[in-house]
Amino acid sequence: MNRMLAIIEREMRKFFRSPTLMITAMIFPLVQLIILGNAFGGKIRDARVAIVDEDHGNQAVRIREAFSSVESNVRTFVAVDYSDEVRAREDVRQGRLEGALIIPPQFSRRFYEGENPRLGMVVDNSDQFMANSLQTKMQELVNSLNSPAATAKRIPSDVALEIVELYPYIEYLKYLLPGSISLAMFVSVMIGGGMLYIDDKARGVHEGYLVTPITSMEMVLGLNLAGALKAIMAGCALTILGSLIAGLGSSFQPAHVLQWFLLICATSFAFNGLMFLLMVRVEDPLVPRAMFGILNTLLYFPSGAIYPVQAFPKWLRVISYVDPFSYAVHGLKATLLKEASWVAVSQDLLYLTVFGLVSLVISVPLFKRTL
Amino acid sequence: MSIRTRKGLHSGHQGQAISVENIVKKYGDFEAVKGVTFDVKDGEIFGLLGPNGAGKSTLIRMMTTLIPITSGKAFIDGYDVSENPDAARRVIGVIPQAMTSDIDLTITENMSIYAKLYGVPRAERERNIDELLEAVDLTKWRDAQVKTLSGGMRRRAEIARGLVHNPRIFFLDEPTTGLDPVSRVAVWEMLNKLKSHRQLTILITTHYMDEADRLCDRIAIVDHGQLVALDTPMALKTSVPGNNVVEVQFLKAPSGWAERLHDLSGVQSVQDEGSSMFRLLTSTGSQTTTALVELSVRAGVEIKTLTVQNTSLDDVFVHYTGRQLRDEQVKAFGFVMPPRPGMRS
Ligand SMILES: Nc1ncnc2c1ncn2[C@@H]1O[C@H](COP(=O)(O)OP(=O)(O)O)[C@@H](O)[C@H]1O
Ligand SMILES: [Mg+2]
Repeated sequence: MNRMLAIIEREMRKFFRSPTLMITAMIFPLVQLIILGNAFGGKIRDARVAIVDEDHGNQAVRIREAFSSVESNVRTFVAVDYSDEVRAREDVRQGRLEGALIIPPQFSRRFYEGENPRLGMVVDNSDQFMANSLQTKMQELVNSLNSPAATAKRIPSDVALEIVELYPYIEYLKYLLPGSISLAMFVSVMIGGGMLYIDDKARGVHEGYLVTPITSMEMVLGLNLAGALKAIMAGCALTILGSLIAGLGSSFQPAHVLQWFLLICATSFAFNGLMFLLMVRVEDPLVPRAMFGILNTLLYFPSGAIYPVQAFPKWLRVISYVDPFSYAVHGLKATLLKEASWVAVSQDLLYLTVFGLVSLVISVPLFKRTL
Repeated sequence: MSIRTRKGLHSGHQGQAISVENIVKKYGDFEAVKGVTFDVKDGEIFGLLGPNGAGKSTLIRMMTTLIPITSGKAFIDGYDVSENPDAARRVIGVIPQAMTSDIDLTITENMSIYAKLYGVPRAERERNIDELLEAVDLTKWRDAQVKTLSGGMRRRAEIARGLVHNPRIFFLDEPTTGLDPVSRVAVWEMLNKLKSHRQLTILITTHYMDEADRLCDRIAIVDHGQLVALDTPMALKTSVPGNNVVEVQFLKAPSGWAERLHDLSGVQSVQDEGSSMFRLLTSTGSQTTTALVELSVRAGVEIKTLTVQNTSLDDVFVHYTGRQLRDEQVKAFGFVMPPRPGMRS
């Protein structure tokens, strides 16, 4: 028991002596939170769309007006005048334009004579997101042209949209936060539990421990608890910072603090158990470094942290089903975003704790008491 | 110090701090230690001397419970290390070849953590740390992070750390490798002082001849996993034929020159070292030298350099292994980390 505490003491003293680990564990998830949170979930703006007017009638003028209303309000696109359809197509293909709207000859005449008037739209469908956004916006525009009464309403509703966009990406940023917190714990465990452990082994620090009368159990428990403690600190720090960035005031209510704190403890314990199990027989310091990227992809992305699990194919759902990351993300989402009850997070807490315990039980006999 | 109960004591090992019987270590097909037997008496400084790769670290690791013994037995203070490793661990202090102190922590923190790993009670812990720091002359640096210390200071800090639980038997694996000559002498003096103050038995490995000669009561020469000689430094030196070594280099030695040198008075053996350099073992240095100079003048062979020395452990090593330890050291230039199971350098 005292020997186990000595191991923990050493790890903690090291941890607090140099803030490198803490900072490293925090920076990656924070950068991801801020960059991904702002990069995704936003709306398309200022896409360059050519207008090729081959009609020159008054319906073409209406379309241009509607276009400039979009241009000055939601700013999905900016209109660029083209006279030649072939050139417009070519420029979309070359990436100089995001799309082109073709108003064919005789469009106004067909419109008045009810002869099935048609507009042409050229999009670059190699970029799905862009093509979809343009199509949607254009469809809206055509719909509003078809119902003259609605046109008047567009302007106020566009203004309202502008106000909402003062905080344009906050929702996705909130959505990402639980994943970022889990990621901070994972990075801490990966570096503080995995890499440092193997480095210590390779450097001979463990050789020093192994000549003392410490038991395997004391050593495994000591190293695991120390690793979990570091991850808990990283997790708490990111929860607080992230809640401030995302404007989640409810995170600071005492009842919620207890809930997310327990989730963070269970997650840290599970992550560290997993890491220790993977590293228990590893000798080469390159291995944890090589595994970092793979594990990150294998565990973080299927967890539902950045995209809903419900959108995954079956085989990917299997990974997310056993992945402790999923439970951490699910639990933290319930607590931080939905202010859910204890019942909602109890399964996550249970899974994470059992996962940690099982990993520990397997690691102890695998741990070698000799060099 | 607590009274040790010595249950499971192996009969016939009283008065022996360490006893190793026909010990073997195999890594796969490779035999790193090939059946070594020796005893270390209580209170002795015992040296394992051999070039890099001889198997010194492997021997120490088996004796200190760090790696399993393939066959044979090792007893520490009477305890069989395979059967009762924890009892053995309690009586030994070990300084492995690699630096095992945590460089981010201070000297005192390192010592305190080890004292806790050995279960030393708090009061004794603090007293021990103070005393040991004084003994290794590091009191002033007690709160300095290990990474800020020089190599010699680090080694002394390690020595203090290895003794924090008052072990009776102290193992040091190449404690002076990589140190400058002044620091090396400081470490020797420290070990001598600690040994007499604390009634320690010390087993030390080294590939420095002068170190083994100056420091050790008895020396075991190890080569290729085998023990090739074991005695006091004095006895080892006298066991080598000849009392003096004459080293001579000629401008250009004619062919058959070695045979003519061998015929000189008192010469027992001649070694051709290449580039007209010869090593002569002789019972009478002065007579051989005179005869050598006369011969050279007569034959018109010009002498470039000439030195006469007493036999040293270097000559002992050459005598028992047929090779020069110095050459081995050149091959293994610099500090070499001992290999670990599963890791090949
Ligand atoms: N874990 C290991 N696996 C394979 N070979 C090893 C291992 N450890 C040591 N050896 C080999 O055993 C021999 C003795 O090594 P060692 O005891 O470290 O020598 P020394 O300490 O005298 O320099 C060397 O040839 C070394 O390569
Ligand atoms: Mg060695």
